[in-house]
Amino acid sequence: MKLAIASGKGGTGKSMVAANLAFTLAMDSPVSLVDCDVEEPNLHLFFPSDPITRDVTLPIPVIDELICTYCGKCGEFCQYGAISVLPKKILFFADLCHSCGGCTLVCPEKAIHEEPKRIGTLSVSTPLPGLKLVTGMLDTGSPLAVPIIHEVKKETSDDPIVILDTAPGTSCPVVEALEGCDACILVTESTPFGLHDLGLAADVVVRLGIPAGVIINRSDGKDEETLRFCEEHGLDVLLTIPFSREIASIQSRGDLLCRVQPEWQKEFRSLFVKSKLLAGVEL
Amino acid sequence: MIRIAVVSGKGGTGKTMVTAALSRLLKGSIVLADCDVDAANLALVQSPRLLQTDPFMGMKAAVIDPNLCTACGACEEHCRFNAVDMDGEAYLINASRCEGCAVCTVVCPSDAVSMQPRQTGVILYSEVACGHLVHARLVPGAGNSGLLVHAVKKTALERDGDADKFLVDGPPGTGCPLISSVSGMNAVLVVTEPSVSGLHDLKRVITVCRQFRPKIFVVVNRYDLDLTHTKEIETYCREEGLALISRIPFDPAVIDAVRAGMPVTDLGASPASQVIRVLADDLEKELIHLGSR
Repeated sequence: MKLAIASGKGGTGKSMVAANLAFTLAMDSPVSLVDCDVEEPNLHLFFPSDPITRDVTLPIPVIDELICTYCGKCGEFCQYGAISVLPKKILFFADLCHSCGGCTLVCPEKAIHEEPKRIGTLSVSTPLPGLKLVTGMLDTGSPLAVPIIHEVKKETSDDPIVILDTAPGTSCPVVEALEGCDACILVTESTPFGLHDLGLAADVVVRLGIPAGVIINRSDGKDEETLRFCEEHGLDVLLTIPFSREIASIQSRGDLLCRVQPEWQKEFRSLFVKSKLLAGVEL
Repeated sequence: MIRIAVVSGKGGTGKTMVTAALSRLLKGSIVLADCDVDAANLALVQSPRLLQTDPFMGMKAAVIDPNLCTACGACEEHCRFNAVDMDGEAYLINASRCEGCAVCTVVCPSDAVSMQPRQTGVILYSEVACGHLVHARLVPGAGNSGLLVHAVKKTALERDGDADKFLVDGPPGTGCPLISSVSGMNAVLVVTEPSVSGLHDLKRVITVCRQFRPKIFVVVNRYDLDLTHTKEIETYCREEGLALISRIPFDPAVIDAVRAGMPVTDLGASPASQVIRVLADDLEKELIHLGSR
């Protein structure tokens, strides 16, 4: 069972939901929690532990100028403008390179080979018995999030229960995280911003054919428009979490609602049962 | 022209709320750009009157001609983005995964693959109270959001290059759209929140912003929800020599304003709007200073 937590809008409480769900479920059976928000991963802040960390690399071209004839075919081919061939010099812009390997294929002299370049890290830890936490972290200044998301997902591909926390937005990092998931929880807040972005995120899960339900977070009771949207789009509201300064404070200091107020564990267990029903997984 | 980007690292800290208020309060003519292109919200509090819509063409994508394809599998073997799928007996390209590298066109022995232009969004140009707003809609799930950010900024500068100020509502995160938003700006306003996550993400986004050498200002939003972390942010800013320019209190009037489709400063006096007015004045003084540098 692979369950993604997404939202469209940032800051609606994706990580809060993912962390509390994983914390609660791990008391009963092994759970893997994956931080796919690799640009700004936060789950490790709620689960301090000593992880084993390794580099995530991409192959980038290295051009042997002793063999190169400056024919310019690599620069012409590169769709990203990462290689400029001058009469007697080659300029390579590593930050623009998408690591497609095309330049090595088109070089008639075989003057290009590839070497790994670090773009971020992958950390695995066991902060609690039964809980495996996998965090991808993009190096600051590196633009490409998707290859790191691919790596962190691979790390948990055979695990029985995987909860994936995704990045905000609806672009490629979110799609990369969602692909192959059995169900998705969309976390929203009852504001026009939350609702607008919930609409975009719902569109993405429909396109990917992933069944989804909704959590309304920080509800101030004025949820009518969100409820109407969910009904119109056939999205079940799986849980409503009220706004309270107490909950906000638990979250801001890096603690867990289900640890401080154990009565919430029942709600998150029930959330998981509903998610399994969505996914059509045998109970 | 003074160019200011509002960013945050962590999502949902209040970038759009601050940008919307500043668009009304900063002096001179302003061109606005919503560079959070895959979850764009600035227009929702600007009552825009749409003037023009232009297609956004992202990177070209590969297309396999089924009549020429012999299903040899060379494209699938060489594609590093897993964008080649098998549909029954035929290969086809998963456009949302295709990054447009064109490697498949090189390795295909039957010339069955070609690169085709594709529209992955629209760029919208609207009239708003402060001048013009350039915003966009990315096809949900499409790639190239960094490229679309670049196109949005370019449209704003081409059409309204004579404006006094260029105000950009940026995306969360630190990746390609954020880098594209911050590049070329004179000043960056980082809106953060007092929490372990807010501080962690603030530090990362500051590291990225610094590579472009803008003047950096930090705003702590909803500061009174966690005074301990507000203090930690203050300490961090002091140690790093960053200007902490404002602390905005938690204020339900902000949500009321968003629900009413306007900046909080338009809704009348409230704790947050008072502080944001002072922020705008203080920022104005700093920007004049920047302009004369």
